[in-house]
Amino acid sequence: MSELTRESPAQGAHPLPAGPYRPRTSVFWWVRRRSYLLFVLRELSCVFVAWFVVYLLLLVAAVHRGNDAYQGFLQWSGQPGMLVLNLVALAFVVLHAITWFNLAPKAMVVRLHGRRLPSRIVAAGHFTAWLVVSALVAWLVVG
Amino acid sequence: MPDTITLQVARYRPDADAAPTTQEYVVPLREEWAVLDGLNYIKDRLDGTLSFRWSCRMGICGSCGMTVNGNPVLTCGTFLTDYAPGPIRIEPLANFPVVRDLVVEIEDFLRKLPAVKPWLVREDEQGVDDVEFLQTPAQLAEYQQYSMCINCMLCYAACPVYALEPDFLGPAAIALAQRYNLDSRDQGAHQRLDLLATAQGVWACTYVGECTSACPKGVDPAGAIQRYKLTAATRTLRSVLMPWAAR
Amino acid sequence: MVDHDVVVVGGGGAGLRAAIAIAQTSPRLRVAVVSKVYPMRSHTVSAEGGAAAVIATGDTLDEHAHDTVSGSDWLADQDAVEAFVAEAPRELLALEHWGCPWSRLPDGEVAVRAFGGMRKMRTWFAADKTGFHLLHTLFQTSLKYAQIARYDEWYVTTLLVDEDRVHGVVGIELATGRVEAITGRAVVLCTGGCGRVFPFTTNGNIKTGDGMALAYRAGAPLKDMEFVQYHPTGLPFTGILITEAARAEGGWLINKDGYRYLQDYDLGTPSPTPVLRSMELGPRDRLSQAFVHEQEKGRTVDTPYGPVVYLDLRHLGAAMIDSKLPFVRELCLSYERIDPVHELIPVRPVQHYMMGGVHTDLDGATGLPGLYAAGEVACVSINGANRLGSNSLPELLVFGRRAGIAAAEFAAAHRGRPGPVVRSRVADERRRLEHDLLARRDGRERIAEIRTEMQHTMEGSAGIYREAESIVKGADRLRELRERLGKATVEDTSRVFNTELVAALELEAMLDVSETMLACALRREESRGAHQRTDFPNRDDARYLAHSLVSRNPTGSPRVDHLPVTITRWPPGERVYGR
Repeated sequence: MSELTRESPAQGAHPLPAGPYRPRTSVFWWVRRRSYLLFVLRELSCVFVAWFVVYLLLLVAAVHRGNDAYQGFLQWSGQPGMLVLNLVALAFVVLHAITWFNLAPKAMVVRLHGRRLPSRIVAAGHFTAWLVVSALVAWLVVG
Repeated sequence: MPDTITLQVARYRPDADAAPTTQEYVVPLREEWAVLDGLNYIKDRLDGTLSFRWSCRMGICGSCGMTVNGNPVLTCGTFLTDYAPGPIRIEPLANFPVVRDLVVEIEDFLRKLPAVKPWLVREDEQGVDDVEFLQTPAQLAEYQQYSMCINCMLCYAACPVYALEPDFLGPAAIALAQRYNLDSRDQGAHQRLDLLATAQGVWACTYVGECTSACPKGVDPAGAIQRYKLTAATRTLRSVLMPWAAR
Repeated sequence: MVDHDVVVVGGGGAGLRAAIAIAQTSPRLRVAVVSKVYPMRSHTVSAEGGAAAVIATGDTLDEHAHDTVSGSDWLADQDAVEAFVAEAPRELLALEHWGCPWSRLPDGEVAVRAFGGMRKMRTWFAADKTGFHLLHTLFQTSLKYAQIARYDEWYVTTLLVDEDRVHGVVGIELATGRVEAITGRAVVLCTGGCGRVFPFTTNGNIKTGDGMALAYRAGAPLKDMEFVQYHPTGLPFTGILITEAARAEGGWLINKDGYRYLQDYDLGTPSPTPVLRSMELGPRDRLSQAFVHEQEKGRTVDTPYGPVVYLDLRHLGAAMIDSKLPFVRELCLSYERIDPVHELIPVRPVQHYMMGGVHTDLDGATGLPGLYAAGEVACVSINGANRLGSNSLPELLVFGRRAGIAAAEFAAAHRGRPGPVVRSRVADERRRLEHDLLARRDGRERIAEIRTEMQHTMEGSAGIYREAESIVKGADRLRELRERLGKATVEDTSRVFNTELVAALELEAMLDVSETMLACALRREESRGAHQRTDFPNRDDARYLAHSLVSRNPTGSPRVDHLPVTITRWPPGERVYGR
């Protein structure tokens, strides 16, 4: 951070250098690395998370409107297109959950007896909680 | 093992080139040679015009970061044999303007660094001259990892957010701010909040995590940023719920 | 031409400490820090083991002073040593107050460790990255002060001198190739040492003796240039330093038979745990010399990169190594691909530090009014014929601060802009550099070839052991190399980041410095500390209890005079280690 700017003209008889080359970021920067691609997919997964929220709201609305509406909803959901969409959405939501749970230890520092817990333990805690909640929901729905 | 290896080196001479070009050199392939030794062989024996930065060649001065086969690394600690039989592509660090050949301009970082106040802030400015501020090993461990940053800029080169959002403070600057925030001797966390908890600060980070993978010193800037997000969010929530409580 | 009050050349530990001292004590002065690299790249960053200062209960300033004086083989100036040990604790505490992450005791107090040649545990440490933390703490603290203007990546080529006073510097801005004067009422040289005159050194590429050459050419004498420190434990090939702390924490030096050979060299008897001022905790000069004798006895191990002995840390265990010596493990794993927890570390002596430098008084003032120096570039002298490990970091703080304050006072007392003579000197320098830049295309030799030959000449003539014949031969060789450099080629004609031009200028500096080193080495017909003459194997206090002072004759050749050593309380005695 000198007081003199880098852009000041060169002195003497020499030609003016063109200055630093500023590389432009390609639109497809995210295909360059596997980690970037995974990151973009993870970001994309929020669309499907949102879709599941909408889907759930539609379900609730259908139940609220009565049996006919609910049967119509089920029929609509049984269409092959909807099945595919929901399967893809499920895959993305699972990706969403797994990647975020793996990242959780970075944001949370959990200490036990003054020692920082290893990140694997923190992540495992999240996964366990996820499984317990899922099992609870499954028991409520199926049982 | 072959005797030699080809280095494909990015060249950019602003007085001659409009854009970078690639030049190939063949250098000896030796067990103990780092990529930096290959570059020095070129500089000393083949082509004196190749420009790059280096000094300590023990991974602590932070000068010799470059892109090797697409990855940001310190060239003093990256060995030729790991890439045999080659060729090896050597380019300047991504996301920075290229001054010349493998030399990039890092002024942007040096402008942002003072903004996060990377120094110990004390309310009692004079301090005590004859006694140290006590700090237990556990308190030291709280921030030690974030104090290991050598400013090598590999994390900025790895960060796509910095590429797309040049105003982003960036991984190293935020990690250094956290280094002081978490230091038990520091009293400046609230002064840093106004800059860190902004769209140019931690909220610009979308958590790609590549800064942490690229860091040669195990600093984990991504972790520092996520931790700060939690701190900032908690503070905001608290100020909404309990506006009467002073921060 | 840009103007400041004080121009600090070099942005390492000493330079930043000087700049901060000026900013704190004279906040209205405008300070420039001109450095050929970004400050955090400076070689202070590589210091590992620690910084000595009396803080522990049971330790005294007198003991630190006596260790330093006997370590110096009585060549240190004792008034300087007394000032140094007295101010060192305050400086390390200042660093603590600025955030340096010193390693701590369980109760939160600063921890200290043992170090070579010290009779008490008094070395503060930040694991084994002390220099790194110290430099970054100084750099980050310096960012607080708006009046410190930085000129990063500017290479200073000459001092501006007129009417026997310094008026600033001329430098090249590497990014543009622009040649510009940076003027000031006082200049503080903090450019570090000159390890790169040797082929095998722990020093980074930037340590090319620039500041020593600048002062010498401007008429400020250099002092004790024959005293070159070899560190006993460098990794072969890279020359990476394995810190003395590895031995202080209990590491052993063994030869090819697994024998702790230091017991054969009057350094004490082996014990399983470290004993202060004994065996592996002897001073660096004696340990490096012992290696040479082991080699002569055929008890070292030959490798493609020279003979080695081994540093054995295996008995310390992973937990201790990871907490106290993590960087040692990291360096061994990354650069030697060995794990010191399970394997022996091959080591050999490696050039490490320059005891000599620009002659200064206790306030960093050199022989030229307005010119100050501090850190490795300077010779106050507290190090004499051999520096003790962990004294260099407190030295650059204590004398960086002193030089900064003295320079600020000088600048405040001397007003007025530089006159026409200075302006014409700037024009001359610009012409010289642009001539160098453009008119060298027809040369035959590469800079690197000459540099390599210089390095091997210096190793042969000014290594651990020297004798008249090889010194004289080396000096002849240097003269020849200087002529060849005048005709060498600078292939690179670009103005932008021309590292080859910088290399040529650095080589000029290194040749000047090398010449003074050999001149002093030839003149000192005795063996003292790191200067061991096989033709004069004994210390000779009657003739040589004196500093060598070397200045440049009008013809360009070095002239060596002597300057008495200041003795205050410790008359010359025998250096006793391990008994």
